[in-house]
Amino acid sequence: MPPGICNSDLNGRTLNSDYSGRSFRVLPFRQPTGVRRLRVLSELKVGESGILTGLDLPESVQNHLMHMGFVPDALVTALRRAPAGDPTVYGIDGMEIALRVETAKAIHVRENLPADTLTTEEQELAGVGQ
Amino acid sequence: MSSCCDTPAFQPPPPPPQAGTLQTIVLIGPPNAGKSTLFNRLTGLRQKVANYPGVTVEQRMGLMAGVGRDDLTLIDLPGIYSLSPYSEDARVSIDVLKGKMPGTPKPDAVLLVLDSLHLTRQLMLAAPVLALGLPTLVLLNMSDLMEARGGEIDTLKLARELGAPVALISATHGTGLDAVSLFLNQQEARKAAQPLSLPVLGNAASTHTWAAQVSRRTGYRAPLSAESSRKLDNILLHRIWGPLLFLVVVVGVFEVVFSIGQPLSDGFGNLLAGAGNLLRPVLPAGWIQSLVLDGAWKGISSVLVFLPQILLLFLFIGVLEDSGYLARAALIADRVMRTTGLNGKAFIPLLSAYACAVPAIMATRTIENKRDRFATILVTPFMTCSARLPVYMLLIAAFIPNTMYLHGFLGLRTIVMLGLYVAGFVAAMTTAWLLKSSVLKSSETPFILELPQYRMPTLRSLGIRLIDRARVFLRNAGTVILMVTLALWVLAHVPPISVHGGSYAAPELADSMIGRLGHFIEPAIAPLGFNWKIGIGLISSVLAREVMVSTMGTLYGADPETQALNLQSALHHDLALGGSLALMIFFAFAMQCTSTIAVVRRETNSWKWPALQFVYMLTLAYAAAFVVNHVTIALLH
Repeated sequence: MPPGICNSDLNGRTLNSDYSGRSFRVLPFRQPTGVRRLRVLSELKVGESGILTGLDLPESVQNHLMHMGFVPDALVTALRRAPAGDPTVYGIDGMEIALRVETAKAIHVRENLPADTLTTEEQELAGVGQ
Repeated sequence: MSSCCDTPAFQPPPPPPQAGTLQTIVLIGPPNAGKSTLFNRLTGLRQKVANYPGVTVEQRMGLMAGVGRDDLTLIDLPGIYSLSPYSEDARVSIDVLKGKMPGTPKPDAVLLVLDSLHLTRQLMLAAPVLALGLPTLVLLNMSDLMEARGGEIDTLKLARELGAPVALISATHGTGLDAVSLFLNQQEARKAAQPLSLPVLGNAASTHTWAAQVSRRTGYRAPLSAESSRKLDNILLHRIWGPLLFLVVVVGVFEVVFSIGQPLSDGFGNLLAGAGNLLRPVLPAGWIQSLVLDGAWKGISSVLVFLPQILLLFLFIGVLEDSGYLARAALIADRVMRTTGLNGKAFIPLLSAYACAVPAIMATRTIENKRDRFATILVTPFMTCSARLPVYMLLIAAFIPNTMYLHGFLGLRTIVMLGLYVAGFVAAMTTAWLLKSSVLKSSETPFILELPQYRMPTLRSLGIRLIDRARVFLRNAGTVILMVTLALWVLAHVPPISVHGGSYAAPELADSMIGRLGHFIEPAIAPLGFNWKIGIGLISSVLAREVMVSTMGTLYGADPETQALNLQSALHHDLALGGSLALMIFFAFAMQCTSTIAVVRRETNSWKWPALQFVYMLTLAYAAAFVVNHVTIALLH
């Protein structure tokens, strides 16, 4: 790895390189092949998981959530709902994070397919291989 | 400002500091990673620690005396997720870390504390922190728990990946801390390896990819998440059992405070009275004896007797905070918060206000939205803080019969006490709703709350909490309360009246300065069922609520008619049930605390908010006390 290069592309994938805090756009993701139902996080039933595809939130919130682990290709599991039905606790990277429904609605996920249809890289990121 | 291009590409890292020039070390890491616990270990100080994110909201400095290096200053900082500030407390951390905080020295070295239970995600912070180019020691905290739960990490490989030394520690148990001294010595001898150049990462996604790769290459195996944590949540966050258990626990605590705390307090009170009586023969009879025993000692001991009960309450709050239940309670209460328009995060400061409003108001710094934060600050003083406890305890023990219901499981005194807590909470929520639907209206900000894993509170940390709390209580008794009681005693004994030629005697209480002042304000408070002594108490207790009790102690002690009685029976002398209930509700609502006023002024940076708050709370308190007094009188007739 050459030293000090900004935005070294570890993934072999083009990432938004000039993130200056102003013009953040949702990262480009591989287009789903075949029939993959796109959903939002709030639709996950307790016990279901999904693969995160994008966040549609104000930029500062989005950045904060991403640093808490809500990054594209991460595996998110709906763990439990609060006694009043909202917020919901989500498991991500082994952490438990509670979100209200309106935030969860703005987080896009795709279905978590069986591990064998995922690429190795995705398995890694989703933590399936662990 | 993003983390990316603050460090321009190709610029060589700044040279390591000269030998012996290490002065300031900062502790940085994600929230709830254990920075403050480590800070306490390294400095020997007692910074507040608990098991939820956002306990530390400002920088704290201390000398590293705990590892024999009191020539070095250690700065403890609020937790951060990234180097882009999200809330007020995070901004402080980032400014201090980058050396941009006025008045705080630039850091010479960094101790990066990461929670080894969730290393993959925690490593996301390592990249931007290491990229700052400061000498850094990476400390993987809670390593004892990680190993116990079957986790693994190759620290050597990780050190090679990060280009910085890595050590496994447990801040709670104090293991592995010699790595810190070693690191400091090495830095001073300039023996430390040049940090490797890390990829400068542009955004969260690439940082995450990097962190995931590093943790894989270093053989990190995440520990199994504690099964017990999940199982506990199955019950504590259960749809029905969760809220029910919460209620049972709260009622249980008040029962304990009364059934166990009351005898303890009575015993303690007898002890204090006995100590006073021992002094009586020693002191010269006359005004000195009267000043020391009937003035100061009676006033102070009337407050001191409540120490056992306050400590019981703090023990309970400590268990809640250290176990990790507090964050769950916030989750249960979020629905209520939502209807009022308050940010869900407001619940944690509001809950900690049951101990004291001052730290609670400071804890609102974790609320990102400014309007939400102000609304929370303005309603926090309604929460029943521990300083109200002596007032409630005194009045309840004096006026509410000890009737038991439900086969002795629920006492009338507990019900009244619970009612006062509920009254405060309802007032807070209603006010919040009023504020959020008018002057402090704002678009809803998202509620993002990290739930910590449950941990067994250690006896050590609970013990430290109780000792610290007892110390604060005693210090207050020795300063504010002592001053007020002495001033009251003097005012109760001037102007002296001359009795036959040359000798002077104290005036009748009603004719003294304090009596005249009391009678002057009496018309204003008479509709509430308060006598003039209570009026004086209301004025003096603006300093701090418990001063009310000491004032009563001194004034009834100075009155020859009630001098011989204990305070509870003395109150019956000129206070009726209606007045006593009104007094309780007055204290539930009024903002009788100069420390709170000062902290609100500091946090909102204006006198406008505390002034508004004081007037609003006083008006509400007066109105409620008026209604309670008159309703009680009507019901009794």
